[in-house]
Amino acid sequence: MISLLGAEPLIRWRWVFDHVDQIWARLLEHVQLTVLAVAIGFAISLPLAVYAHRHRRAYAPVTFVAGLLYTIPSLALFVLLLPFTGLTTTTAEIGLVGYTLLILIRNTVAGLDAVPADAKEAALGMGYTRRQLLWRVELPLALPVIVAGVRIATVTTVGLVTVTALIGKGGEGYFILLGLQQFFSTATIVGATLSVALAVAADLVLLRAQRALTPWARSAKVRAFG
Amino acid sequence: MHAIDGLIRWFSDPGHWAGPSGVPHRVLQHVEISLSAVGFALLIALPVGLVIGHLRRGEFVAVTIANLGRSIPSFAILSIVFQLMLRYFKGAAFGFWPTVISLVLLALPPILTNTYVGVQGVDPDTVEAAKGMGMSGRDVLLRLEVPLATPLIVAGIRTAAVQVVATATLAALIAGGGLGRYIVDGFAQGDQPKILAGAVLVAVLAILTELTLGLAERALSPRLASSKRGRRRTRAEG
Amino acid sequence: MISLKHVSKRFAHANASAVADLSMDIAEGETVVLVGPSGCGKTTTMRMINRLIEPTSGSISVDGRDVMAQDPVLLRRGMGYVIQSIGLLPHRTVAQNIATVPNLIGWEEVRVRARVGELAGMLDLDGELLNRYPSELSGGQRQRVGVARALAADPPVMLMDEPFAAVDPIVRARLQDQFLDIQRRLRKTIVFVTHDIDEAIKMADRIAILNRGGVIEQYAPPEEILRKPANDFVKEFVGAERGLKRLALIKVADIGVERGPVVSRTALSEEARKQMESFGLDWTTVVDDGRLLGWVDLQMLEGRQHVSEATPRLFGAYVTAGSSLRQALDSIVTSRTQVAVVAGEGEQYVGILSLEHITKEILS
Repeated sequence: MISLLGAEPLIRWRWVFDHVDQIWARLLEHVQLTVLAVAIGFAISLPLAVYAHRHRRAYAPVTFVAGLLYTIPSLALFVLLLPFTGLTTTTAEIGLVGYTLLILIRNTVAGLDAVPADAKEAALGMGYTRRQLLWRVELPLALPVIVAGVRIATVTTVGLVTVTALIGKGGEGYFILLGLQQFFSTATIVGATLSVALAVAADLVLLRAQRALTPWARSAKVRAFG
Repeated sequence: MHAIDGLIRWFSDPGHWAGPSGVPHRVLQHVEISLSAVGFALLIALPVGLVIGHLRRGEFVAVTIANLGRSIPSFAILSIVFQLMLRYFKGAAFGFWPTVISLVLLALPPILTNTYVGVQGVDPDTVEAAKGMGMSGRDVLLRLEVPLATPLIVAGIRTAAVQVVATATLAALIAGGGLGRYIVDGFAQGDQPKILAGAVLVAVLAILTELTLGLAERALSPRLASSKRGRRRTRAEG
Repeated sequence: MISLKHVSKRFAHANASAVADLSMDIAEGETVVLVGPSGCGKTTTMRMINRLIEPTSGSISVDGRDVMAQDPVLLRRGMGYVIQSIGLLPHRTVAQNIATVPNLIGWEEVRVRARVGELAGMLDLDGELLNRYPSELSGGQRQRVGVARALAADPPVMLMDEPFAAVDPIVRARLQDQFLDIQRRLRKTIVFVTHDIDEAIKMADRIAILNRGGVIEQYAPPEEILRKPANDFVKEFVGAERGLKRLALIKVADIGVERGPVVSRTALSEEARKQMESFGLDWTTVVDDGRLLGWVDLQMLEGRQHVSEATPRLFGAYVTAGSSLRQALDSIVTSRTQVAVVAGEGEQYVGILSLEHITKEILS
């Protein structure tokens, strides 16, 4: 590209090749932070959502707290944690996990709500225990909506990990910040592009997983007559 | 706790409430940036959303934009816009414009998507009945679809606003103003109470924005089921 | 087999009891149909038997054991349960759905597979449907899978709540016939809920007509309810045309046929005329070696020496020993001869049924 800022090109490829190791390491860090956050978020939100689904009155307070965590700007949240947990992965993770909760809880409850009532009634009538009902009927049938929630949470988290660059982590966000601070467009573009690529890749992988886990939804269009 | 003491002391200091780096001024800056961004986004996305929703075309575009908006981290958008402006519009590269442009880009997807879905989602039978009664296309849009789509549209604006308020915090990184300055400056100066104060202020502002617009949404959608509310939320970043 | 004693159910925040002081006994192998207007508590009553609803007071025992003393989960695994919307598990194949209770109980796979195959045959489900998902099935197929599923673990008791209501009348009639056929073979104890009195009449050994609050207005075999309705409520619920409904229950074989004019194809017209005269009719049946051909009247025989010279008119329909009197009545009303011709195997002429004969039967 024609540069107007002295001789600095938009992307200095040399720099990219020289720093492939670092870029790769940061990418791994990005993936690690994301996966950890979504996994922990899921582990927390699942029991909460099941509880809120069964006891409707708990739904409002649970989503209120999760909503609060969601509304607080991520940078602010990370910063507020600093005095307690310092510039560590823990701080980043606490913040990231907090962000996923609202989406995951909402979607899990919605998924459970969408389970056909007559399938549940028939299952109970046939002699499923409450536990069997949850694990063998409700959760499997709620899976598409739950996984949709995991997808959204994952893509969101990939984005938020970039912000953790400001507290010493960042994954690919590290390069975005680097580029900003040193007026170095190459780093920013590398960081931004890879972040987006990661988000899109994660989305596609999870979409595949969702399809694989719900074989009965695929054949829904085919009808027999007679 | 040590940190909380520092925080209380920072807020009690009258010097922090006066002047260009005082809380009121910074809050005002932040609000100004946010309002401008949301305003511009509305100017662009609202008409587009209304039209394509009414014509029931361009669903693919709307969905793609929504997905894109979700996948691209706001931090990335901010930085890229800044870098581009730095190269090509050096004069305006700092402060207000890169910030507002990036924030507008951020605010567009939720507003566009929600407007589109809200308008297009009006029961086609109702629309047909209206047309049959002799309402023109414009009438249908303005008198039927817009009122019915209002809750979703306001939900979209709410999502966008909260996101913008949150991301405006990062604007300080590119020499913008607003409450993010406290955080960025605080890091640079090693002034922990200042960092925390900035964070608290931003958090409060974001929550206030969410609550206020939430009330507005509820006020504007008296009879509709609560299932529509808040369904179109995307992430908030800051 | 099932005994309800002074059972009542009052739901929280309700003004009146859904079911108040209901007592009834259901014998083993019997099909009892609970029927009544909506709100009469029939479904509530049925669901108390497998404790999907807990009674407020009273006791229910199945096979001598109080249901409240048993683990509800085990209780339900021992009963077949079919609901109107069937409730097939969407994420399981047809075979897996049918195998639900056997799997819950813990049968070995071999036994389960054999049983599923057996039930598929019994319910007329094509083998290749077994690997499909419920969303791919038609309404009638789904109902049949639902029944197969309820029968899978071979429970002695079946609870069925409007199981055939969700399909169109043609499919419903077929399902009912199929089910009656199976029940004839298996002899399960069945509690069947419906709002359709005709279905009740068709399916039941005994019908319990319930009124608001689970009050039993009459609990008797269908014949008796039609012949001697206990009160106005029952009369009204059964509806008009009680007589015709009764006719549907009685078979031709039950009342015996009358003799009528009959002549062989090879006979002389003279003989035919004599037959007609002896019965006081102006027509006679024509048979060919005992087999039904049709009928001829005086006019058709005019100027003809032999019966064979006239082409007999076909009977619009004939009835058999297994037909209902209602079908016979339909035949009578639509035929020029004003009788129903009864034929046996191979269309062999047996006799006739006249309106008087049938009427005598109803009035008795």
